[in-house]
Amino acid sequence: MQNLGINVLFEGTTLQRLFEGLMMTAGIAFISIIIGSFLGIGMGLLRTSKSGIVQFICRFYLEVFRIIPILVWLFIVYFGVTNALDIHLDGEIVAVIVFSLWGAAEMGDIVRGALESLPKHQIESGKAIGLSFWGLYRYVLIPQAVRRMLPGAINLSTRMVKTTSLVVMIGVIDVIKVGQQIIERSVIKVPTASFWVYGLIFILYFIICYPLSKLSKKLEAKWEN
Amino acid sequence: MDINWQFIISTLPLYQKAAWITIKLGFWGTLLSLIIGLVCSIILYFRIKILKELVGIYVELSRNTPLLIQLFFLYFGLTKIGITMSETTCAIIGLAFLGGSYMSEAFRSGIEAVSKTQIESGLSIGLSQMQLIRYVILPQAFAVTMPSLAANCIFLFKETSIVGAIAIAELMHVTQDVIGMYYQTFESLFMLVVAYLIIILPLSFLLTWLERKVRYAEFGN
Amino acid sequence: MNKENHQVLLEIKDLHKEYDTRTVLDGIHLRVHKGEVIVVLGPSGCGKSTLLRCLNGLESIQGGDIQFDGESLIGPNVDWQKTRQKIGMVFQNYELFPHMTVIENILLGPIKVQKREKKEVMDQATQLLEKVGLSDRKDSYPRQLSGGQKQRIAIVRALCMNPEIMLFDEVTAALDPEMVREVLDVILGLAKQGMTMMIVTHEMGFAQAVADRILFIDEGKVCEMSEPKEFFTNPKTERAQQFLNIFQF
Ligand SMILES: Nc1ncnc2c1ncn2[C@@H]1O[C@H](COP(=O)(O)OP(=O)(O)OP(=O)(O)O)[C@@H](O)[C@H]1O
Ligand SMILES: [Mg+2]
Repeated sequence: MQNLGINVLFEGTTLQRLFEGLMMTAGIAFISIIIGSFLGIGMGLLRTSKSGIVQFICRFYLEVFRIIPILVWLFIVYFGVTNALDIHLDGEIVAVIVFSLWGAAEMGDIVRGALESLPKHQIESGKAIGLSFWGLYRYVLIPQAVRRMLPGAINLSTRMVKTTSLVVMIGVIDVIKVGQQIIERSVIKVPTASFWVYGLIFILYFIICYPLSKLSKKLEAKWEN
Repeated sequence: MDINWQFIISTLPLYQKAAWITIKLGFWGTLLSLIIGLVCSIILYFRIKILKELVGIYVELSRNTPLLIQLFFLYFGLTKIGITMSETTCAIIGLAFLGGSYMSEAFRSGIEAVSKTQIESGLSIGLSQMQLIRYVILPQAFAVTMPSLAANCIFLFKETSIVGAIAIAELMHVTQDVIGMYYQTFESLFMLVVAYLIIILPLSFLLTWLERKVRYAEFGN
Repeated sequence: MNKENHQVLLEIKDLHKEYDTRTVLDGIHLRVHKGEVIVVLGPSGCGKSTLLRCLNGLESIQGGDIQFDGESLIGPNVDWQKTRQKIGMVFQNYELFPHMTVIENILLGPIKVQKREKKEVMDQATQLLEKVGLSDRKDSYPRQLSGGQKQRIAIVRALCMNPEIMLFDEVTAALDPEMVREVLDVILGLAKQGMTMMIVTHEMGFAQAVADRILFIDEGKVCEMSEPKEFFTNPKTERAQQFLNIFQF
């Protein structure tokens, strides 16, 4: 029976449907990462501000995401916000909103770290060779900051990809949902279907996340030297 | 907005019970993770053949896949090939499987931060390898890596929110039920958030305090 | 004082040590008698630290033999844990355990390794601390001590194991000048009590005062081996002469 169980993956359009589910997941992750990064850069710049109020608000914003689990945020927006405003939002939209806001918070922290680690004398020596304000940013500060934040940013991306698995809990037809449908349909015929389907999804996530985390580690090691 | 206090009071016991389940899961998950992480990092330190490779594979698998899928695989997948366990056992194993790799990484980097000369100094007073680990390397690694351990601990308590997916009546699961049954969305979510604040904030303060205590000897302040 | 007819405690025969393909110690011969103080001199990188570390099993060796108390320290069957209890070593950078108080640092070896009675060790530790003038720092952490104090504690920690020989590797090199004296005084005191020692140092005055014999190493070879007075006033080799010139303005 077990030997045959794996065949459940190759029946009909199973693989194709799983792949489509995966694309939904990846799409949500990708869009959120992009939006989160842009917002995050803004956050990071804000966090280098000297104003105590701005500092406090940004810090508060970050902590709010660090203390309350992401799944709770998905619930708050999916059930709470829609309810309060009396609107309907699809799970996909909710997911993108929550992940983008979360990404902005974490990305902001990474950007802040990178900006603060830039040596002060670089700014002075940049000025000394006559660079304008924009020139200073364009040629000296930004390239260095990017190098410093890249490992962290990639790491954050893997975390976001992994967290997209939660969208199934707010009704998105993602790779897990598709998997569940396939299992339900074939469970009578193939009792071990859940083993194979979840096993495959496990591997699919690994295939996406592993290279990313390897890359992040490599960049980190390179930067340390 | 009108808050239905009546409703809040009537569902309070439900949330209280769920919060205890969340705390219990978080506690056991963290404890087992620490043990797994410690064992893994010691295996890596001694470079024990084969086991070392297995630890490497475990860490990568665990860190690069979502907890939800790990849980589904454990709970639905493994039962189908003859391995059955209760929801709670499954949830704790899932959390430990996930957390173990994070703790292992934290301990490993702490151990790597212990200088070679400290180890030599321990050897030169005749400590055995095990004594060296116990009296010299681990205490120092612990002090260095305490912030990471604390972060992992918070992370694991937050990850318990996911195990509701395999029918454990922790906070998320209860909230979902309550919203489904009574449509008191705002109140349910409000209690959910408050419950997490009540759990995570004190935990976070406790860990900060512990961190300071552990680091006192070596680093002062 | 001539200690050559005392019992031989440590014998090094034709010791060879290589890192990869580079020879660092090249046929070292040495006999250390009980109660003898050998000061090892030589230019930087000549292999002094390596020599001491070989005696303590911190480095593997590629040839020759080391006998301690009549037993060979070569091969896989050496019980290093036992041997290291008899060979006290003090490093340049103190290497006290930063997470333990002074007294915990001192007690660790005697209690955990030698399984001695806490009370008895405590008495000995107190005595030794008094001798080095630090009995009031028992409960301090290393970070609360000065370099010289740390180094004296490190010496006490090694002494409390009741070693038969002490190895000192440039124990004053990391110290501020005004702290050098307090550490050297402790070592001089040990010499007076008849402790067997091998000392690597760059303090020439101290070397002359404390040594029974000077071992001068250059490029991994024993270049000269003589009484301190003779070595400092009348070195036999040109290398030793050059080396000594560096220390004179
Ligand atoms: N771990 C190592 N790997 C490779 N070469 C080493 C290592 N340790 C020491 N060496 C080399 O061995 C030689 C002897 O080193 P050693 O530390 O014994 O010198 P030393 O006489 O103590 O010098 P110093 O007075 O500067 O302390 C040096 O040339 C050094 O570069
Ligand atoms: Mg040296």
